[in-house]
Amino acid sequence: MLDLVWLVPALPLAGFLLIVLFGRKLGEPGAGILATVMTAASFVVVVGIYFDLLSRTAEERHHVVTLFSWLPVGALQVDLALLADPLSITMALFITGIGSMIHLYAIGYMHGDPKFPKFFMYLNLFVFSMLMLVLGENLLVTFLGWEGVGACSYFLISFWHTRDSAATAGKKAFVTNRVGDWGMLVAMFLAFSAVGTLSYAGINHAAETGGIAAVTATGIALMLFVGACGKSAQLPLYLWLPDAMEGPTPVSALIHAATMVTSGVFLLTRMAPVLHASYPWAGDVIATVGALTALFAATIAVAQTDIKKVLAYSTVSQLGFMFLAIGSEAYVAAIFHMVTHAFFKALLFLGSGSVIHGMHHEQDMRRMGALRKVMPITGFTFIIGWLAIAGVPPFAGFWSKDEILLYAFANNRLLWFIGVVSALLTAYYMTRQVIMVFFGQARWNDHAEENGAHGDHSPHESPWTMVTPLVVLAGLSIVGGAMQLPFSKGTKFLEHWLEPVVHHSERNISGTWAYQNKWLLLALAIAIAITGIATSIAVYSKGKFKVIEPAILADAWRYDSAVSSLIGGPGYKSFDAVASFDAVVVDGVVNGAGTEVRRISGVLSKLQTGFIRSYAAIVAFGAIAVLAWFLVRGVL
Amino acid sequence: MSFVSLAAATAGAVHSASFPILSALVLLPIIGAVLVVLTSNRRPEYVKLIATLFSVGVAGMSIWLLASFKTSDGGFQFQSKHEWISSWGISWHLGVDGISLFLVVLTGILFPLVIVGIDPHHDHKRYLAWLLVLEAGVMGSFLSLDLFLFFIFFEIVLVPMYFLIGGWGYDKRVYAATKFFLYTMLGSAFMLIGILATALLARQDIGYLTFDVVTIAERASFSTNTARWLFVSFAIAFAVKVPIFPLHTWLPDAHTQAPTGGSVILAGVLLKMGTYGFLRFGLYLFPSAALWAKPVFLTLATIGIIYGAIAATMQKDLKRLVAYSSVAHLGFIVLGIFAVTSQSLTGSVMQMVNHGLSTGALFLLVGMIYERRHTRVIAELKGIQAVAPIFAAAFMVVMLSSVGVPGLNGFVGEFLILIGSFETARWWTVVAATGVILAALYLLWAYQRVFHGEPDEANSSFAEMNLREGSIILVFISLIVFTGLYPKPMLERIEPSVDKLIEHVVEHSDYQPPTAPAGHSNKPAESTHTGGE
Repeated sequence: MLDLVWLVPALPLAGFLLIVLFGRKLGEPGAGILATVMTAASFVVVVGIYFDLLSRTAEERHHVVTLFSWLPVGALQVDLALLADPLSITMALFITGIGSMIHLYAIGYMHGDPKFPKFFMYLNLFVFSMLMLVLGENLLVTFLGWEGVGACSYFLISFWHTRDSAATAGKKAFVTNRVGDWGMLVAMFLAFSAVGTLSYAGINHAAETGGIAAVTATGIALMLFVGACGKSAQLPLYLWLPDAMEGPTPVSALIHAATMVTSGVFLLTRMAPVLHASYPWAGDVIATVGALTALFAATIAVAQTDIKKVLAYSTVSQLGFMFLAIGSEAYVAAIFHMVTHAFFKALLFLGSGSVIHGMHHEQDMRRMGALRKVMPITGFTFIIGWLAIAGVPPFAGFWSKDEILLYAFANNRLLWFIGVVSALLTAYYMTRQVIMVFFGQARWNDHAEENGAHGDHSPHESPWTMVTPLVVLAGLSIVGGAMQLPFSKGTKFLEHWLEPVVHHSERNISGTWAYQNKWLLLALAIAIAITGIATSIAVYSKGKFKVIEPAILADAWRYDSAVSSLIGGPGYKSFDAVASFDAVVVDGVVNGAGTEVRRISGVLSKLQTGFIRSYAAIVAFGAIAVLAWFLVRGVL
Repeated sequence: MSFVSLAAATAGAVHSASFPILSALVLLPIIGAVLVVLTSNRRPEYVKLIATLFSVGVAGMSIWLLASFKTSDGGFQFQSKHEWISSWGISWHLGVDGISLFLVVLTGILFPLVIVGIDPHHDHKRYLAWLLVLEAGVMGSFLSLDLFLFFIFFEIVLVPMYFLIGGWGYDKRVYAATKFFLYTMLGSAFMLIGILATALLARQDIGYLTFDVVTIAERASFSTNTARWLFVSFAIAFAVKVPIFPLHTWLPDAHTQAPTGGSVILAGVLLKMGTYGFLRFGLYLFPSAALWAKPVFLTLATIGIIYGAIAATMQKDLKRLVAYSSVAHLGFIVLGIFAVTSQSLTGSVMQMVNHGLSTGALFLLVGMIYERRHTRVIAELKGIQAVAPIFAAAFMVVMLSSVGVPGLNGFVGEFLILIGSFETARWWTVVAATGVILAALYLLWAYQRVFHGEPDEANSSFAEMNLREGSIILVFISLIVFTGLYPKPMLERIEPSVDKLIEHVVEHSDYQPPTAPAGHSNKPAESTHTGGE
């Protein structure tokens, strides 16, 4: 079964190629069904591989399938090879599993779009690239997927490309990601120069056996983190993700919540031994950036009015939690939260898409309200997603977030505190969203007149293709925590499963105060979640406190606008200055010299036979003169 | 003079025992050009037929050459050597190795595509004749192993290019053609001096006068200062041709004003004569001098990468933007050449071909836009993707290849250059790598302005790609995708010659190439495959 791992990316690739060739014939819903079936088939293969791995001993859960030699030049020997191990298969499971759910959903969501087949073509190409990213046996295959998902993200964000905002958002995502890609490239150069290979096994083996100096390891780890900041939307590169919401909502759910944006977390987990071999402050840098991002984005989410923007900033914030875990060397917790987050955030995004669909493309939460009555299934499942992200037990998000905070406490209490505040805010803004969308007064008719296109508002529940994935993901958001429960060693399935990958680097906190008092911390986490929810209810439902949504938060601390005006102002001007310098100075000197020579040559040759001939004469004359000089020097 | 030399050479080539394929590659286009010229003006339909047949014939032969090329042999193959002007030690010496092989094949493939794919607006006969002469010149430049012969071909190339730009170009074509001609001529003047001096000075070591590149490289030993002077005289000519910052300003004008076919050839193969020259006549003839000049060229290359990209970003003319992108891309190639590692040099040779494919295709597409809209001004184009999705998709693939997205050809070369250069030119490489950010910026921004948005009235009737255009672009895209996914057939032919060149450099200088880190084999430790600890 393990040898069939190539089938996992091959199936969505085949789907992509078939739609490229026959997309128009397949049409709607043919192309959507094909793409969904390919992704689901890939899921089936992954499940088979999962059970095969499970049946082996921990030592044997590592299988490489080499397809062909990709870049063989001298010491650099890079194969196009796939690696099936607990980490890659965990990733592949939820990529293909949630991926096929989202494909199914998109059949309903994209109904009637003139570019229906093209959407699924990109979607399958994305799934293929994402699988290459996680299944890669070396950094370069991962990079192939890494750039592939970036390109697909660009295509899909600007899917409705006649809209200028969508086109701009797509470009912004790609270019910002490229800043991160630069970091990843440099990390590869450093790794190759230090170890002589790009293979994970080779690099990690060297790191574990002291084959990489701490300074080099730190360089590699931090450069990888630069790459992760781009792809996983961390400070200061997160800017593209909120704008990425311009894409169709299934894209937001699949790419910008569940899968692609977690690539950075995956990559650092894959390279955990290198981070382990770094100076300790490298981990502190990562944890600090993660914690600050978690807090920063959570404060912004508090004041957003667009239903998808709230979720976008929430995603940035939750990714921050994952990096807080990575920096605290809590890799299992990071992957745990990545998986549960994929469940509930995909659910929330698809739920918001169902709302947008039902509301005839209205995204402003101020024009919603009381939707649970007209969209019961969407409402019910969204509420489950809300409980999961807010950290209410026994829903999935509670367990994974608690585990991160536990390790953060053991690592650095200040960062733990930032994490707790972020968790409080998370419960608060998510409750706010649920109240604004599903409870309270129905406000969707208030603006009927002023908003012609949306005038005839009668929100409706979505078709079965869209509702089924909601139900499945809601189920997973309820029970997802079961993969890693803190009760005893026997209930920590994920930790045991990932052990072959991370055991060397995972922090051992068993002797710390935090570990001994973990029930206390757990109780505190529950209290925090309840406080956040209660406050939000008091503000938005009961009206007991005044609504506080400062403009600066709605405007994302004006960071985006500051960067935009920097690029649009001094940045643009300096680029323009370079272009003018080229035209005026560099070319000016050339043309000036040309004019001068022409003048002199005019004096020298009385025969006006055109520039070329007189020029040739000068050239010949000069050649003879210099040749003579050479000869004299050579002979004498 | 050039035609006389070729006639003489033909006589020599006939006596060769096996089929002299390299001589045929050079002479066949010339014969084609002569036939085109001799064709009666009353039978214009034969003109294109003849040109097509000859260029396709050359393409076929170049592919046959590729097929019969011995993979692991790093030396010169298919050599043909005939005395020409024996009193001066000048011979018709042609040969191909892994460094020139793919440039020859690229030349062979590009010309028929240009001849079939793009029709000039007037005077087919002269246009096609000049194109065939150009092909002969380019082939000769890549195949010559005699300094004098190389110089002749190097110069021949200027003449047809001058007339192609001047005769079939756009508004400011005469200005651009003259600038191109004078600028390159000036560079060549230095090279001519260098060539004569090299042969004359080498006579002391060799014992007789010869312009043979291999003989001079193996047997001449110039003093440190002499070698530096000689290297500089060659380097100026090549630096203009590449072009290397700050000698690049002829390029945007020439590219923009040239007819589409001229731009494709100019970007595709002509610029490579410069980078190829650095390898074959710079590094090979004067290794220690080239290493002496290394910091200067690494710096200029890095500046070119960033500067070219920034200048490209701000261009208002789409064709000029692509032209400036060439400055940046060629900067990568120069970086790889002067970093002198197995990966960087292989990457540079690779990238010469890749740039020819992706930039050639970009010029072709920009030409198609011009044919439809009679403008190349970015601000006047808008929303084309909405009306011509296939055209937009083709542009997108080619653009992503130019951006360097893995899975397409551009990435392979760029990555090999950078990872190889990192070993010997660390900080230059780190800075140069930021070029990948800028490449995405200028190309995606241009794409957005041209293809995205709601098409305005002028662009709403933009015609979709037709069958002929589509077939030509499909050839480019197939090569772009194949090379990106499976570059091994190219790499295994390039690398032996590159390694041989590095060996030569090591023997003739105090250069020590980087070695693989101790204690780790190329392949990851096998034990970890099953172990996972």
